[in-house]
Amino acid sequence: MSISNAIPGASAAATQGASPLAINGLSVAYQKKPVLRGVTFEVNEGELIGVIGPNGAGKSTMIKAALGLIPAIGGEVLVYGKSLKSQRRLIGYVPQRESVDWDFPTNALDVVLMGTYGRLGWYRRPGAKEKAFALDCLSKVGMADFADRQISQLSGGQQQRVFLARALVQDAKLYFMDEPFAGVDAATEKAIITLLQELKRQGKTVIVVHHDLATVKQYFDSVLLLNVELQAFGPTETTFTQEQLQHTYGGRLSFLDPGSLAVSGAGGGGGRP
Amino acid sequence: MSDFWILLTGSLVAACCGIVGVFLVLRKIAMIGDAISHSVMPGIVIAFLISGTRDSLVMMFAALLFGLLTTFLIGLFQRSGIQSDASIGVVFTALFAIGVILVSLFARQVHLDQDAILYGEIAFVHWNLWEVGGVSMGPKAVWLLGVTLIVIAAVIGLFYKQFKLCAFDPALAAAIGIPVALFHYMLMGLVSMATVSSFESVGAILVVGMLIIPASTAYLLTDRLGMMISLSIAVGVASTFAGYGASIILDASIAGCIVCAAGLLFVAAFLLSPSHGLISRRLRQRKLAAETTANGARAV
Repeated sequence: MSISNAIPGASAAATQGASPLAINGLSVAYQKKPVLRGVTFEVNEGELIGVIGPNGAGKSTMIKAALGLIPAIGGEVLVYGKSLKSQRRLIGYVPQRESVDWDFPTNALDVVLMGTYGRLGWYRRPGAKEKAFALDCLSKVGMADFADRQISQLSGGQQQRVFLARALVQDAKLYFMDEPFAGVDAATEKAIITLLQELKRQGKTVIVVHHDLATVKQYFDSVLLLNVELQAFGPTETTFTQEQLQHTYGGRLSFLDPGSLAVSGAGGGGGRP
Repeated sequence: MSDFWILLTGSLVAACCGIVGVFLVLRKIAMIGDAISHSVMPGIVIAFLISGTRDSLVMMFAALLFGLLTTFLIGLFQRSGIQSDASIGVVFTALFAIGVILVSLFARQVHLDQDAILYGEIAFVHWNLWEVGGVSMGPKAVWLLGVTLIVIAAVIGLFYKQFKLCAFDPALAAAIGIPVALFHYMLMGLVSMATVSSFESVGAILVVGMLIIPASTAYLLTDRLGMMISLSIAVGVASTFAGYGASIILDASIAGCIVCAAGLLFVAAFLLSPSHGLISRRLRQRKLAAETTANGARAV
């Protein structure tokens, strides 16, 4: 079932031909220290793109700056050829799971409904149509039975799936996901992969901050290697090489032998502490 | 009749503070409520000096201005790298001190005494009446609080989803284009209004109790935001009635008894709440431990 069909008109404003996301010279600094320097790239429509790099490389920062959540000291972000402000409706965002307080008094369905707030404008509240769509999206991530569950009573993986359902409800064309795979169980990991494939099939573009090097080749069409500056960007096959990784991670990759990069090797590098 | 007006005033304070208090508690900025309630004082004194009355719209406006100034200064210092609790402490004590100086300098002109500012004088609300053409319309405090409550209910009601999302996930709120800073300052404006309207009745110190305690109690009793707001108001109103009753029996400060009653209700919820209470949590843990042991025994 196509997600775009559920709420008509949501994606109609996209400009034909332009790249879903073109970033030019994006730089961010915290207290004078640059955390992102002159990042320039342009993504192809309908691709799953993994953003890879060591801790502190500025992966989350890049996503937040691209979304205008933190101020950039320079650079330009174009979404389908236009400025971010006019294209917010085309963007879906999955923040890091730890970025919110899961003890907030609300349930899973309510969190998913928050994804509709953008298109509801200033005054309208989610109604029956939005609720039905939200339930639909919850069932897509296998969480239909948990709609009424208080969010603190969900496991980490279930919370992540609620976040993904919320992104689906946003019915966007370009998605940013900040470490959706971090600390999730196997069932959730599988659910996320299925979902990413489904989004790709619908021609959506998904940019995913990712930590597990062992699964990169399996999951992503393109990779973006980042370490404050853009190190490499291109198709996974030609870009995700031992040489490029050594370059991006510097000496920190020494524990990773070439064999584990092949397919689904054990563990992977750069896991969260 | 005085009983009626005191209870009505107290209940209106509870409603105004209870609603905005929920958002302060959920956003973990309860102490900003404390800061605002203190730092509106110089605003109030300046408004007294300018307008010569103690219940004008000028007062409300001045308090609003100082409330927003407080919020702005705290945010400014935080962004410049000062620790969050330190910047709150610096801003509100400094502004409050200016208020104290102003009161001591101009006390005679404004008929204000520091006790009234700090502890309120809810017992006297029915003496300060609003008269239109010689006809009494009831206590001025009730009118002021009533208008404030309508404004708070209207603003929160109209922008409920924005306030909710800004409290739960400000990053998503910003990503979908909700002006997060605007809603922050709007909430702080409402807190300032609630504070200054409640000020005369319960005073600068105890108003913090009405902002934070009922909301924190409600947080322990429900898992839904709408219900939390209703319960927060209910706890505040119940505290008003219980506290007023206690103050008559004890012949003690009314505002003190009201906030004390709220504190007791909080402790009761903390211990007895079916979902979040200490006792039910302990019981659940014990049951879980017993089941685990039993299953373990069976497995062996």
